[in-house]
Amino acid sequence: MSAIIEELDPERRDVELPTDAAPEPDAERPRRAIRSRRPGGPNKRKPGDWLVLAVAVVLGFFIAVPFLLILVNSFKSPADYNTSGPLTLPTEFYFDGIVAFWERVNFPEKLWNSVFISGLVAVFAVLISMFNAFALGIGRVKGRLWIVVLILLANMLPQEVLLYPLYFMFKEAGLYDSQWAVIIIFTVIQSAFGTYLLASVYSTFPRELLEAASLDGASRWQILWRVVYPISRPTLSVLLIFFFIWTWNEFLIPLTFLVSNATQTVPVAITVLQGDRLMDVTTTSASALLGLIPTLVFFLIFQRTLTRGITAGAVK
Amino acid sequence: MSALDTRAATTIEATDAAGGGRRSRRSPAGPEDGLIPGARRSTYWLYLVPGLALLAVIVVVPLVWNVYLTFTEYRGIRPPEWIGLENWVELMGDRVFWTSFGNSIAMILAMVIVPTLLGLLLAAMLFDLIGRKFGGKLASFLRATYYLPQILPAVIAAIVIGWILRPQNGALNQVLEAIGLGDLAHNWLGSPDTALPSLMVIMVWVQLGYPIVIFMAALQRVDPELYEAAELDGANWFQRFRAITLGMIRPEIFVVTLTCTIAALKVFGPVYALTGGGPGTSTIVPAYYAYSEFFQSQQVGYGATIATALTVVIAAVSVLFILAQHRMEKKEAER
Repeated sequence: MSAIIEELDPERRDVELPTDAAPEPDAERPRRAIRSRRPGGPNKRKPGDWLVLAVAVVLGFFIAVPFLLILVNSFKSPADYNTSGPLTLPTEFYFDGIVAFWERVNFPEKLWNSVFISGLVAVFAVLISMFNAFALGIGRVKGRLWIVVLILLANMLPQEVLLYPLYFMFKEAGLYDSQWAVIIIFTVIQSAFGTYLLASVYSTFPRELLEAASLDGASRWQILWRVVYPISRPTLSVLLIFFFIWTWNEFLIPLTFLVSNATQTVPVAITVLQGDRLMDVTTTSASALLGLIPTLVFFLIFQRTLTRGITAGAVK
Repeated sequence: MSALDTRAATTIEATDAAGGGRRSRRSPAGPEDGLIPGARRSTYWLYLVPGLALLAVIVVVPLVWNVYLTFTEYRGIRPPEWIGLENWVELMGDRVFWTSFGNSIAMILAMVIVPTLLGLLLAAMLFDLIGRKFGGKLASFLRATYYLPQILPAVIAAIVIGWILRPQNGALNQVLEAIGLGDLAHNWLGSPDTALPSLMVIMVWVQLGYPIVIFMAALQRVDPELYEAAELDGANWFQRFRAITLGMIRPEIFVVTLTCTIAALKVFGPVYALTGGGPGTSTIVPAYYAYSEFFQSQQVGYGATIATALTVVIAAVSVLFILAQHRMEKKEAER
């Protein structure tokens, strides 16, 4: 996995023109020198600073507490919970809650459903984004502004406004309760965002490379796959990760389209069982734990990409 | 929904990136040429065919269809029956609909106003004070902690807090009892007086990390010498915050408030998972109201009307925001 992070590391440098990426060493050096002499340097911690730190840490604690409570109580028996409350560590490790929920929702199946849907959506949406962006950013087809506006619209709409017609259409097409319905819908929604981002990235693609390839007799299709694709791969992999996680976290459309148990995704399966009679207090806690573990794992794996992506192309 | 915000944020930021790209384009050829010389531009349309065809089928057709449905009485079985503006007239006088928009305002308070203000303060605190005096590692660790709820699917985040707020043996009630405040124990999500405030607290918890991460990234841009100069001039922390920080990161403040407002108007998952709009209609939001009209009351025409009204509101809010931002930038340029 670390290989993926390594690969993503060169940021989006590749698609910038070399002059943009050139650092200015002279401008950087004196500033650093000043920084170490700044009046409130690390050695001058006033009591007020400690107070601010305490406030920040306490707040962090309160934000993390729900996670800790879920973690601790997922391994307790209901009896243990009732006698000693939510705040103590379990008297003994109790896996029945987790096991019961795991078996009840057939968790491996739900995990696979989520991986399958999110994975295919990510790949398809990146492909479509790349084709669209190739025509819009590099081909600069006529009327591209309107196409981009249309695509942006698709991104901003509340999904409710598409919900019933889509429900009807997919029912007619015999794809209701099929994961393909969800895959197709999210391929479109995610690629709307991807097209938008990639088109702006490709519009600054180094022209010399394209011209050189063209002089060598490469066709457009070859240029796309042998020049544009390899050079923009870091951006594409960031998009891939985003699409995967966003699709994983989606709720409304999977809830509507995946009605039978065997097709459901992790968030849907866990949510529809809330309030079920068989869900005692620690089993419910276990269900929340199982719901948050996969995204926590993604976060740890892709942490750097994610934080960079959030601020990607930050307002300049 | 956390994902949605991020997505929307990046969308808006990309707008700026795109604008910047266009401005700084150095290529000698005019904007009417493709970047690859020779071949005709029109053949690029081939590459747009799959994307646009899918967009038409999945977004454009359903959108138009949905608007058509708002003028019909349709219960999902017999074909839709044209009734003109009746749904819209009913909507205007529908108390539940207005309640749902009132709750949207509560959601805006919980998902936009509080997180943005608190986020500004915390980002400045982490960056300017903790990062400087206690080390960047600690600041990044705290930032990651604040961001934690953002990574979860919104429904799972809601279930986590919902578990703590359980009525009979929930953690919060037990803690209150343990510290002798048992009288305060409450059916937090089940009683009309506390359901909405509880939901709001949950949304603040979910949302807070997002502005912090964006604002901290924005602060990297600010020249530390500015702060030093202000400090030497005797400006205290709050004065520096107001004069320098706020001015410098205004674009990000716009992005965050716009994207969070859209997310707040769209909120669905947590309401579905925790309260189902109840008790009564005390936590109903437009998205949930539309959903329940579609699939519980089978009033498809009316549900479509609610969804369309929500879309109009979101579009109007986005346009207003972008105009306001544009005007502000213009003013700045004139100065």
